Amino acid sequence: MPYSILTLITFLPIGGAALLLFMRKASTGALRNIALIVSLLALLLSLPLFSNFDSSNPGMQFEQSVAWIPSLGIQYHVGIDGISLFLVLLTTVLTPITILSSWNSIEKRVREYYLFMLMLETGMIGVFVALDFFLFYVFWEVMLVPMYFLIGVWGGQRRIYAAVKFFLYTMVGSVLMLVAIIALYFLNGATTFDFPSILANLQSGNLVLNSSQQYWLFLAFFFAFAIKVPLFPLHTWLPDAHVEAPTAGSVILAGVLLKMGTYGIVRFCLPIFPEATRELTPLISLLAVVGIVYGALVAMVQTDIKKLVAYSSVSHLGFVVLGIFALNEQGLQGAMYQMLNHGISTGALFLLVGMIYDRRHTRLIDEFGGLADPLPVFSTIFMIVTFSSIGLPMLNGFVGEFLILLGAFNANVTFAVVATSGVILSAVYMLWMYQRVIFGEVKNPKNKKLADLDFREKLLLLPLVALIFWMGIYSEAFLRRMDTSVNQVLQQVKSSAVVVKN
Amino acid sequence: MQGSLALEIQQILPEISLSIFGIAIILLDTFLVKSKRHVATGIALVGIAVTAVFTLGLVGEDGSFFSGMIVVDDFSIFFRITFLIIGALTILASSSYIARENLAVGEFQALVLFAIVGMNLMVASNELIMIFLGLETLSISSYILLGIKRADPKSNESALKYFLLGSFSSAFLLYGIALAYGATRTTNLELIGREIAAGSASMALIYVAVGLLFVGIGFKVAVVPFHVWTPDVYEGAPTPITAFMSVGPKAAGFAILIRVLMVAFPATYGKWLGLVWLSAVLTMTVGNCVAIVQSNIKRMLAYSSIAHAGYILVAVTTRNQEGVAAILFYTLVYALMNIGAFTIVALVGRRGDQKSHIDDFAGLGFKQPGLAAALSILLLSLAGIPLTAGFAGKFFIFRAALESQFVWLTIIGVINSAISVYYYLHVIVVMYMKEPTDDELPVAMTPSTLSVIALSVFGVLQFGMFPDLLINFARNSILGFR
Repeated sequence: MPYSILTLITFLPIGGAALLLFMRKASTGALRNIALIVSLLALLLSLPLFSNFDSSNPGMQFEQSVAWIPSLGIQYHVGIDGISLFLVLLTTVLTPITILSSWNSIEKRVREYYLFMLMLETGMIGVFVALDFFLFYVFWEVMLVPMYFLIGVWGGQRRIYAAVKFFLYTMVGSVLMLVAIIALYFLNGATTFDFPSILANLQSGNLVLNSSQQYWLFLAFFFAFAIKVPLFPLHTWLPDAHVEAPTAGSVILAGVLLKMGTYGIVRFCLPIFPEATRELTPLISLLAVVGIVYGALVAMVQTDIKKLVAYSSVSHLGFVVLGIFALNEQGLQGAMYQMLNHGISTGALFLLVGMIYDRRHTRLIDEFGGLADPLPVFSTIFMIVTFSSIGLPMLNGFVGEFLILLGAFNANVTFAVVATSGVILSAVYMLWMYQRVIFGEVKNPKNKKLADLDFREKLLLLPLVALIFWMGIYSEAFLRRMDTSVNQVLQQVKSSAVVVKN
Repeated sequence: MQGSLALEIQQILPEISLSIFGIAIILLDTFLVKSKRHVATGIALVGIAVTAVFTLGLVGEDGSFFSGMIVVDDFSIFFRITFLIIGALTILASSSYIARENLAVGEFQALVLFAIVGMNLMVASNELIMIFLGLETLSISSYILLGIKRADPKSNESALKYFLLGSFSSAFLLYGIALAYGATRTTNLELIGREIAAGSASMALIYVAVGLLFVGIGFKVAVVPFHVWTPDVYEGAPTPITAFMSVGPKAAGFAILIRVLMVAFPATYGKWLGLVWLSAVLTMTVGNCVAIVQSNIKRMLAYSSIAHAGYILVAVTTRNQEGVAAILFYTLVYALMNIGAFTIVALVGRRGDQKSHIDDFAGLGFKQPGLAAALSILLLSLAGIPLTAGFAGKFFIFRAALESQFVWLTIIGVINSAISVYYYLHVIVVMYMKEPTDDELPVAMTPSTLSVIALSVFGVLQFGMFPDLLINFARNSILGFR
């Protein structure tokens, strides 16, 4: 089998992590540099994925497949399509930014910190490129370990509680997914864990799942993914993990980890269990809508900026799930787009929160006010990101939300109407927070002498701001590459449903 | 006849060689001055190596010897090899422990060898009497080993408890054997199976016999509700012996459980299935739930070992080839991870095992990163996180369970596995996320303990990432079985 660049991108970070292991603990500067260089190298290597991606091909690209555990039919099989391409890129873009963002804020155990960051990157990319169920599960689980350490060692006050909660929630979901994976393997004749071949068997009618099998397997997969998303009412781990994680951890959590849930739904749940998908759509959409409104309302009353952003994630991810289960082109495409948007703008928001936290060691909204005066650059970027998050036209958030709502209206008007209120609410809580933090007089004397963003901080926000504009103005470049894959997934959901019903 | 006697002797050469080395160690010990007695460790290791050669020489042999008392098949050879690995690791791990705690090295190492002889005889037999003899050889050796810290009341308590409950369970086992004999006029497993199949045995007696045998073996492998002795015995025992007890007798017990149930009583599958199913669920659940609240790491690992017995029982329930192969795989990798973990626990415990509280591990993650990383990997393996052998083992077990359509059992099993993550993580939390509570000097490593830890971590990762080699070996080992 030909060798794929995806393998190199996936394992380069963990190679870098191994390198760190052999470096002296004390040379923190060198450790940081190596970590940054490795992650930048991964970014560089991932750029050709974007430019060489064939947007007319609905199938997998950059594939590689090697036998791993032959006696069980387990392969190392990787590849990307229009659905996973941008999530891989999101990971490779965000990782160097987070590494650079923790340049000064991580003082203790620097080597271990960057070690786990790089391990995490390998895990995340692995989840998005894996095409073998077993391999996917391995990455899905293994990725928990570095994240757990990042929250638990470098987190805030209640970090241990948050880390353990994060781990256990995800674990409970994923063991059930494991049962479903093994069950699917047996139903398919116990020869392979390969996702594309199982899918092909389903489509050719070689593998037929009856309604109850579809239903239970769907639920087992969906439960694991819904915890990760997190879908209301499984979201309670998220505020804890987000708030307690160090800034870089929050950025990665919001930016990439939550997307694993929605990615899993689109990649596995929809095409493999079309009938169950269609049957459960109303229920899941309802939960998504509840999540949108609930997340927004809870965000509104937060006094801690980071918590506010965390709850806004619940609301935003509700939109993504609603878009997916609109089961039409606009909805699904909007959901895919919104996954990226959320990664970029919420990532940027967490970075900004981290920056003022570094200066003031507090995140309470009451402590601030009038920051526009001492921090003009900060305030400007904060404004752009806030607008992006609430979906102002010309910025990225608008495209995603618009498409999702378009899709949702086509699917179910009631849900769409309620969801629209979420857009309004998000404008309320974001702008209100922005106003209290940035505008007005500088009431707190501690805020008067704050230094504005330095070169490093500007440098790490710049690419995100550029992406916010690019994705808002020229969305075509992104949507074109998603198009065929998204349509294929929809085709699978619709056509297979007919086959089963016959 | 001469030739055939030589042939028969050849089949038990491993046991003969272990016994000779054991006796040699004891004899030598009396003649050596105290400072030289530590050579016993070396001799024991040589004994294991020599035995390994004899054992590997038997691979491929198939047949029964000594009027059916001894059977040699790949199944028994797999377990004999497992026991040798367990023995070698125990001997290596205990050498510095013995020196630290000032224990009698000769007796210690000789008894470990005798215990292996007992386990070997258990698995290499198709005969209930022989199984019982093997079990007693093992038990008597372990009674002494558990109490070998004569001045330590906890060690005494441990030995006495195990002795009392062990004899109790032996009585159950014997009673079961007697009833099976009464019903079928034989103690040979295959003949028992044939008698039952022929319909000439009293089924009422057989059911009671199966129940009593299960109770007797259940005590040894510590399945719920016969597990109550485990935490106290494990806590008080010298730590390397705890490690040994948690993997060796357990593996041997499961080996004979499989043989007894599948060779002698396959016809009563419908009857014992419910019993084993329920016991599996209880064993996993009780083990995991009680492990959560433990503050002593040895007690925690004791409950964890109960839980792991539950996972293995899941595989017993399946009664398919894959399930049996999974048991073989699991007992070996479980031995690696548990001995590795207990070795580190013994090191951190320091003199007199004073520091066996989980909080004593605080800050280890950054004081001794290598040791803590090794323990983390072993604990993650016990928890069943992918890329470790513990995950591969559970994967094979649950795969076998689903193959036999035990969906609920599988779901209860994986949820238990998720629960177990909590208490294994707790140790990692303490190591990496809590500040050290005292200014203890770093733990002193010796080459022997280092090699045990390195071997177990290597094995856990090797069989975790590439389980093919071992699982295929396990599968081949049960081809001739049944």
